[in-house]
Order: sequence, then structure tokens, then C-alpha cells
Amino acid sequence: MPAPVITATGLTKHYGDLVAVAGIDLEVAPGESFGLLGPNGAGKSTTMRMIGAVSTRTGGDLQVLGLDPDTHGPEIRSQLGVVPQEDNLDTELRVRDNLIVYGRYFGIPRAVCARRADELLAFAQLEDKARSKVDDLSGGMKRRLTIARALVNEPRVLMLDEPTTGLDPQARHVLWDRLFRLKERGTTLVLTTHYMDEAEQLCDRLVVVDQGRIMAEGSPAQLIREHSSREVVELRFGSQRNQAAAERIAGLGDRIETLPDRVLVYAADGEAVVEQVSRLGLHPTTSLVRRSSLEDVFLRLTGRSLIE
Amino acid sequence: MSAPTLTAAVTGAGGVRALYRGNARAVLGRGLLAARSSTWVVVVSGFFEPVFFLLAMGVGLGTYIGDVTLPSGRAIAYAAYIAPALLAVSAMNGAVYDSTWNVFFKMHFGKLYQAMMATSLGPLDVALGEIGYALLRGVVYATGFLTVMQVMGLNLSWTAVLTLPAVLLIAFGFASLGMAITSYMSTFQQMDWIQFVLLPMFLFSATFFPLTVYPEPIQWLIQALPLWHAVELIRGLTTGELTGGTAGHVAYYLAMAAVGVVVTTRRLRSLFLD
Repeated sequence: MPAPVITATGLTKHYGDLVAVAGIDLEVAPGESFGLLGPNGAGKSTTMRMIGAVSTRTGGDLQVLGLDPDTHGPEIRSQLGVVPQEDNLDTELRVRDNLIVYGRYFGIPRAVCARRADELLAFAQLEDKARSKVDDLSGGMKRRLTIARALVNEPRVLMLDEPTTGLDPQARHVLWDRLFRLKERGTTLVLTTHYMDEAEQLCDRLVVVDQGRIMAEGSPAQLIREHSSREVVELRFGSQRNQAAAERIAGLGDRIETLPDRVLVYAADGEAVVEQVSRLGLHPTTSLVRRSSLEDVFLRLTGRSLIE
Repeated sequence: MSAPTLTAAVTGAGGVRALYRGNARAVLGRGLLAARSSTWVVVVSGFFEPVFFLLAMGVGLGTYIGDVTLPSGRAIAYAAYIAPALLAVSAMNGAVYDSTWNVFFKMHFGKLYQAMMATSLGPLDVALGEIGYALLRGVVYATGFLTVMQVMGLNLSWTAVLTLPAVLLIAFGFASLGMAITSYMSTFQQMDWIQFVLLPMFLFSATFFPLTVYPEPIQWLIQALPLWHAVELIRGLTTGELTGGTAGHVAYYLAMAAVGVVVTTRRLRSLFLD
């Protein structure tokens, strides 16, 4: 097995009394697409910042590309591409100049930056916008430009913090397609997201983070297998009757969860559960059998209460 | 700068919070490229402000005032008295413009420094590049103003040539202190305080009349503020009246520039590399 590009052992970060990251262990292999999933405030961004060598760790060990950020911060940063949560493109520069100037920050010669800028504009499907102002770009275009910018130093690892938050479905799909191409080329991707479909699309392996700790780790399929059932039955009896109905069907499937608007039955065979429910003389207004998703795993592990 | 970080700066290594990568020119280059898209009317108006003061006060009001007697006993025209002060003001205005409002915007809205810090740049690269860019505008304004003075015959001594390096130093001082102070500002209201300090400093730093009109405590206060040192330094050079104080003024600006760079660098580091 090739040496991992990122290794963290017992990684912690405290801000005063606040513990943002409470001991994380992870390993990312070269060429892998690795996801950090978790609700807001789980410590995903802090972990990303420590890996990105812009935040010093409080404790534990961290190696990025074989280097310790505590002694080789700038060297690590020079081999990473960073796509932050909020776009921070240079609005005073035009689209192509954004790429060139960013390359110059790494000390890359201007001619090389110019050549890469043209290649990256093609990659990001922004060739027509080379001379445009950043503010005139759509949200999806800005995001693609930010990704192109992160690639200007030919990074070995691309770090993406919630890459598609706030984009419409079309823009998300275009972006996923571009990221998938990078993955095919062998770029290591590390991304955070709270879109489960995004994690399923892009990640070979992921960890679910909550309150600064890793709750589970594995491939999307593995996590679903381990932390949820194969199928989920969603039954709606009307908000007044859900509780009573849930009590009557207790024991069906692997696990039952009662929500204000519906009752969820986790089971290997969903249709069989639906039949059993009607045999009990219960008639839900709607019943839906679907495959278990990463979202079920996520909600099971991190809870349903709002974190604000 | 402690010994390990200094070593690190030289070898290119260093931790997350390493200071310097020897690449301030990339930041300066970015500033020059961005300047192309700035509004030239605003840039040019900044140059004309002190020129209008020179015409109105020096030439206009000056005909009623007549000559001003320097401490050496020599009498010079009022316009030749205030012109060097206005030259210092133009260096200050140019340097302060970019290092305050523009830096404030980049820090809070453009998130420019956050983007820079994610690259291999260190906070000292960013500080030097940004301060270097800000002082350039001061130098451009002042050079233009010096040309106006030459045309109007207000440079009374050959030592006026030395105002060019002096202006560079003054602009450096204001740009670095301006950026250092701005890095602590978080609201527009706080930014207005900078203006609130600059205006009286412009009016009362022996710009239009000698310091001797004030009671002694006020004189001390003004002598503690930076503009007075710039005015005295430049006035000495354009009139040829150099004293021991000239070296003191230069030292004041060297210290001011150094403090500004150090504070700015530390502040950028604590804001963006925690």
C-alpha cells in the first residue's frame, strides 16, 4: 500500500475552553476521494484548516504529504489546492488574472501561470469568460473558477470545503462532473459536505464527524450496511395517529423511528413490512419503500435535533 | 522576530505560522494589476487636493500674508512656506488611502488575505506587498506635486532633490502604520475615526503657520504626531534649512515604518493563521 498523503492521530484543536476537534484519527491514501461529513459545528472546517496548514493543532500528530505542518507549513500549503466554503475570488481582477495572480503567490513564473490559466479555464468551462469580471459570473461559475484557481499550483491534494452549497442542481452536476474528472486523473480529493447525495457520488471513503469526534468510517455502501438496514419504509398515518400506530407495529423490521409526520421502519425487506402492517389492520394514508441512504446513517449517528 | 522564525524565513521552512517566503513582489504585482480596474477619477482627485490648497492658500491668501520668517531669520514667500507641507500631505494622503479603506475592504469583504494565506505566502510577504503598493501612490502624488512646485519656483534649494527619497520614507511610514491600525478595525464607524485624526493633523501640524503660535503643551502634542515630522523634514529640504532635527525626523519615520510592518505582520498572522 502506498504511503498515505494525510495521517492524523488523536488530532485536537481547542479555542480557549471550546473543543472544536476532540481527537480525530484518519488516513487518506493517494488518489483517494475522502469525505468528512457532519452537521454544522462538528469540527469539519477546523480539521480542514489544520490539514491545510493554516491552523496549528493543539495536540495529536498530523502528517500531510509526509510533512508536519508544525515545521513545514508553507511547503505543505504549496502542494495543496484549497477551495474554501465561501468564495474568496479576487473581485478586483478579471477571471483569467485571478488564476495567474494566484499562481504567482506560489512563486510560479508568470509564463507558466499564463499557460496553466488557459488550460484551467478550458477545464472549468470558462474560456468565454476569461476577460469577465468575477462579479458578473453566476454562482456555479464562481465555484468552478475557485476550483480552477486551487489547481493552478498543480496540487497533490485538493481540499474542498462544502463545494456545492448554495448551487442549483444543474450547477452541482456540472461541478460533480469536473471533480470526477480530477479524481480519474488521480488527484486526491478531501471534501466536507452535508449533502449526502454528494458524498455518495464523490467519496470512496468517508468519516462522519460529530462534536469534534469521528462517529463512523467506511465507504458509503459499508456505512449504510453497518448503520442502517437495506430498506426503509416510510408510513404516514396522519400526525395525530403516528404515535399510536408506531406502538402497534412495534417489533416489525430491525428498528422503528417515530417522527411527528411519519413512522420509519428500517428493514431488510420493505414490502414484507408493508404487508405485515396491513395484516395488523392498519391503513397508512401513504406508504413508501425506499433504499436506505447515507442520510439515514447520518441522522442515526448525529441525531435529528437541530444544531444551531 | 525570534531566532527560529528568522532561520525558518531564510531556509524557507517553518511551521503553519511561518512569516516570510520572500515573495512580497507577487502581492505588490497583484496590487498594480488591480489598480488598472480602479476608478482613475478618484486616483487623480487625490493628487489635485493639495494642489488646490497651494493655489488657494499659497498663491491667493499668500498675497495678503506676505513673507514668512523662518527660525534662521530668513524670510520666504508664504507659498514657498506651505508648499513643502502640502507635499508631505500629498505623500500622506496617497499612502493612507490604500492602506486604510482599501485594506479594510479587502480584509472584511474581499477576503483577499485569507486567500493569500492559503498559498505558500507568509504574513510578512502580504504586509510588505500591500504596504509597498500603498506607499507607491503616495510617491506618485508627491512626485507630481514636486513637479508643480518646481514649475512655480517654490523649490528654493538644490536639496529639494532629496525630497524624493524623503517622500518615499514618509509614504512608507504612513502606509505601514495605516495598515497596522486598519487591521484592528471591524466597523465603518471605527474607520471614520481615522479621518477624524487625519483632518486636524493636516490643519495644525505647522502646515499653514509655525508651531510657535500654540501654547507649549499643544506644541508637544503636535510634535508627537507624525505629520509634523514630515512637514519639517520636507520644509528643511526644499528651503535648504537643514538642522540637527532633520536626522530626528528621519529616525521618527524609520521607527514608524518598522512598527507598522511588525504590527501588521503579527496581526495578519493572528487573524488568518491561528
